[in-house]
Amino acid sequence: MDPIKEKIQSNSRETRQDLFGKIITYACITLIVLVVLSIFIFVASKGMATFFVNKANFWDFLSGKNWNPSMLDSNGKPMLGALPMITGSFGVTILAVLFATPFAIGTALYMTEIASGKGERILQSVIELLVGIPSVVYGFIGLSVIVPFVRNYIGGSGYGILSGSFVLFVMVLPTVTSMTVDSLRAVPRFYKEASLALGATKWQTIYKVILRSSTSGILTAIIFGMARAFGEALAVQMVIGNAAVMPTGLLSSASTLTSVLTMGIGNTVMGTVANNALWSLALILLLMSLFFNIIVRLIGRKGRM
Amino acid sequence: MKTKLQNKIALNIIRIIAALVVVILLFLLGDILISGVPHISWHFLTSASQSFESGGGIGIQLFNSVYLLLLTLIISFPISLGAGIFLSEYAPKNLFTSIVRMAIEVLSSLPSVVVGLFGFLLFVVQFQMGFSILSGAIALTFFNLPLLTRNIEESLRAVPNLQREAGMSLGLSKWRTVTRVILPEALPGIITGVVLGAGRVFGEAAALIYTAGQSATNIDFGNWNPFNATSPLNLMRPAETLAVHIWKINSEGVMPDASAVSAGASAVLIIVVLLFNIFARIVGNSLYRKLTATK
Repeated sequence: MDPIKEKIQSNSRETRQDLFGKIITYACITLIVLVVLSIFIFVASKGMATFFVNKANFWDFLSGKNWNPSMLDSNGKPMLGALPMITGSFGVTILAVLFATPFAIGTALYMTEIASGKGERILQSVIELLVGIPSVVYGFIGLSVIVPFVRNYIGGSGYGILSGSFVLFVMVLPTVTSMTVDSLRAVPRFYKEASLALGATKWQTIYKVILRSSTSGILTAIIFGMARAFGEALAVQMVIGNAAVMPTGLLSSASTLTSVLTMGIGNTVMGTVANNALWSLALILLLMSLFFNIIVRLIGRKGRM
Repeated sequence: MKTKLQNKIALNIIRIIAALVVVILLFLLGDILISGVPHISWHFLTSASQSFESGGGIGIQLFNSVYLLLLTLIISFPISLGAGIFLSEYAPKNLFTSIVRMAIEVLSSLPSVVVGLFGFLLFVVQFQMGFSILSGAIALTFFNLPLLTRNIEESLRAVPNLQREAGMSLGLSKWRTVTRVILPEALPGIITGVVLGAGRVFGEAAALIYTAGQSATNIDFGNWNPFNATSPLNLMRPAETLAVHIWKINSEGVMPDASAVSAGASAVLIIVVLLFNIFARIVGNSLYRKLTATK
């Protein structure tokens, strides 16, 4: 064939390069999607086994107060009541976020509205460092500082939901703060200028204008903090006491979904009721993390309107 | 006058809160470093750990952590580079892209313990890889992928469109524009992100307990053949990392000097993470200066 005709009709080098690039990047991104899908499929199929293979009642699982999968109750069914862990998880999460939110908003306001450039940079690196401290180190500090503190000054053994939420407070603080800073920065400058021009004080501007217009961003930050607190495993496990019973107060030993999982998976045999029940807990964790994601999306959609 | 007073009080409360946060960090760092640094010695950093007697070190755990980190980066960097390039350069506005974005968001907010359990289920049990460095590295890859991908995407996006147009107008293919023009300019941001992510991976434990395992087998540092069971490079040996070690000795409570060893190990972890942070900044800045010829 005519070499010129061939050259014109075949793909150019550039087209081939582009195809090559497209294939590679599509492959990478598909791999990530597949990983996420298979996480859901695997954990869900294991977690459902409790209900389909071991015939546990789903409602009893969520509301039962006795967790002892290797023992049978009076009806001859294993005791699979996950309510103590669910309560524990929600307890530490909500308390931690309650402690952290005022601190996070205060710090974020200081960084965006009050601080000079230097003060802002200092707090920025403080927050980066707080993010960088590994969770086991938080757990260890909790064990060596917070647990004795709670025991000596507040009461109880020191292990419990209160200690867990103190540890989580420090862990979610940087997450909530940095996202709040982002949403405060996104407030248009002229909002602030208009308010100040009307004679409002700085605090009135912050309270009536800046915080109001960044509410959805701050809510998103709080939800992300909750998601982080809910899924945190080791730091909480080290200070919460690990008693799989209904917590009677903030100072009694309790457990969370994650703490029971970290303790239990290695001590149970694959395929047994006890093991399947743990996978059901993992499934709850997974669904909760999905739930937090959906809420964030809903808030984002509402914020745009 | 009332509003002025209110203003003063409120602003001062905000200042106090910010100061408290700084105090919390200083207290945490001070506590770890003051109680931990005295335990750090050459012997502590290099000798093997003891289970039932005091005087053990963290040598093997430290090596495992570093090795695991390197493996994780080797696996996760190329994948997230491809994914990041896709999201910033190729992604069409369609359903597939929004599914991808959602998947990455979900993956980044999954609890690390769930990621670890998935790794346990798939690699340790299903593929019969056992508790091994490789299973651990893959689990950490899942944990690292969303962060790295997002960071690479953002760094690429920060490159002005002018550069893309310039590449196109020279007749380069999109792929070549990306790899030869855009990527070098985005490199400082990418490197900073990789190093910061490395700090997170280095301290991660929950995803590793059931993938890389909780035992540090004795390794022979004279034997570098990766296929030998006692070789440090062996991919299939169980490898307890530093972070897992801190967790394990605190929850088992059989080691007599557990608190001293954990204090020392925590201090080492923190120092390494601090070094990563400083290193990320220095490398990012100097690379940026070099590649963009700014003074």
